[in-house]
Amino acid sequence: MRKVVTREAIANGSLALLLLAVPFAAIAMDEPFYVTLATRIAILALAAVGLNIALGLGGLVSFGHAAFFGLGGYAAGILATHAFNAEPLLLGIPATTSMPVIWLVALVVCGLVALPIGAVSLRTSGVYFIMITLAFAQMIYYFAISWPAYGGQDGLSIYVRNSFPGVNTALPLPLFLICYGLLLLGLVLFWTLRNSRFGAALQAARQNPTRLAAVGIAPFNIRLTAFTVSAMITGLAGALFADLNRFTSPSMLSWHMSGELIVLIILGGRGRLFGPVAGAMLFVLFEFALGGITERWQLFLGLILLGVVLFARGGLMGFIAGRERHG
Amino acid sequence: MAEPVLEIRDLKKSFGALKATDGVSLHLASGEIHALIGPNGAGKSTLIHQISGSLTPDSGKIRFLGQDIAGLDMAARARLGLARSFQTSSLAQEFSALRNVMLAVQARQGTSLRFFRPVMRDRSLTEPAMAMLERVGLAGRAHVPAAELSHGERRQLEIATALALGPKAFLLDEPMAGMGPEGAKNLTGFLDTLRQEAPILLVEHDMDAVFALADRVSVLVYGRIIATGDVDEIRNDPEVRRAYLGEPA
Ligand SMILES: Nc1ncnc2c1ncn2[C@@H]1O[C@H](COP(=O)(O)OP(=O)(O)O)[C@@H](O)[C@H]1O
Ligand SMILES: [Mg+2]
Repeated sequence: MRKVVTREAIANGSLALLLLAVPFAAIAMDEPFYVTLATRIAILALAAVGLNIALGLGGLVSFGHAAFFGLGGYAAGILATHAFNAEPLLLGIPATTSMPVIWLVALVVCGLVALPIGAVSLRTSGVYFIMITLAFAQMIYYFAISWPAYGGQDGLSIYVRNSFPGVNTALPLPLFLICYGLLLLGLVLFWTLRNSRFGAALQAARQNPTRLAAVGIAPFNIRLTAFTVSAMITGLAGALFADLNRFTSPSMLSWHMSGELIVLIILGGRGRLFGPVAGAMLFVLFEFALGGITERWQLFLGLILLGVVLFARGGLMGFIAGRERHG
Repeated sequence: MAEPVLEIRDLKKSFGALKATDGVSLHLASGEIHALIGPNGAGKSTLIHQISGSLTPDSGKIRFLGQDIAGLDMAARARLGLARSFQTSSLAQEFSALRNVMLAVQARQGTSLRFFRPVMRDRSLTEPAMAMLERVGLAGRAHVPAAELSHGERRQLEIATALALGPKAFLLDEPMAGMGPEGAKNLTGFLDTLRQEAPILLVEHDMDAVFALADRVSVLVYGRIIATGDVDEIRNDPEVRRAYLGEPA
């Protein structure tokens, strides 16, 4: 039998505790801004956990996951706006400011949109897959900015942060804890999927699709399922992101966002359980530390990314926890 | 005569001007090992690819278990019971030997859309997979990633995954290649018993193995079958000797 507590488990636990400790320390030092920073990390990590299912486990380099991040954001923004103005939605369905309901809507909408996008995109592979997912996401982006009813280019403000039963979401710490809790749930889901029969097939589809077909499993079905689940989780993160900023920006839908999510995963270690968490920490830290010094912080990020790709292919998790072993 | 398990009629496949498969007809009867021999570049692998579904023929028919399988992709053919091994082994490289076989076990059970139970603690996967590794003599290497196995071990692993599918026919493309005399001898003994489970279409260069195992032999040269017969007929066929066995007629 293998050791129960691996180096990776220790690294994962430390990262989880570190992220949890930051906001409490920040509150103690009366620096609420850092709570917001930690919340941002948790949300981006959750979005990347979603993408990590498609990209990390399945090898599907989706350059269009901003579509789902943004759709989640618009679900939160649109429902909140309708509720704020006391206007029912289509067919007289009442709008809501309840986070759990909004999350459900984000999950369902993203699943329904991902299914056809995946079904078309997964007919291609490699660079074509990257380009076609990008194209779909850009279509949704242009659609959003040309639709004045929901803010067009200006985006949608959420005047009062959406609510969660029994929690004052206006305060930074409770909001962080909600996002952190969902991040942990996302990680549990990723871990469960990875170790399941579905996960075995999905990882085999990345390693060698011919092998998968040779035993009688069609890679397409497995990939489409992965793409859809992946999109739903990224969409959930998008709903949280809108609530954190109390603003849904069309930039959530833009290709920069898709690129950012890929960067997070590569920085953290693709396919690794805590890769997205490590990646999001590093990313937000850079954005904050370098962003204050120079406008061109993304140039430095690019250089670091190049270094990771060239010299530390397992990303940060590969660096701290060593190579991954599969049973 | 009972209907053959696998029947190929007038199959044709060209790569540009090259006729890689030029009107091939052959069949595989239940309980037999049908060896397909021929010089390098004769089109043996190309034929296996078309039967398994990784290449589409230009024309001709392939019937398996009485069904025309032209419209089926590789995965669907595997589910019908066509198991293959590859000339250049094709495995999930990061997965251990055990997990490669477990993948075949779960495929046979048709349970790849299960999302919760961890596979490594699922004895309905690990036990049958381990049994297959034992059958091919690879149990001691169960937890080694496929990428770290030796060439010969990878061939054994491919056979184990094919076995785990519980197939109705085996397509084996040069399973002995790179195995060394000891391994080839063991595998020959193993294949000899395997034909009871399902018939084998065996592409092989090792003539000792072919002559020891084959019920029938077909000789493929430049995409055409120039002779089919039992081992003695093929040994004594003047055209085969000239074209392939490299002896003066
Ligand atoms: N995908 C392909 N494209 C073009 N030519 C091919 C392709 N696959 C095989 N060939 C050619 O077809 C012929 C038969 O190849 P192959 O079936 O691999 O032979 P064998 O397995 O008998 O050694 C060879 O001349 C080979 O170069
Ligand atoms: Mg060949």
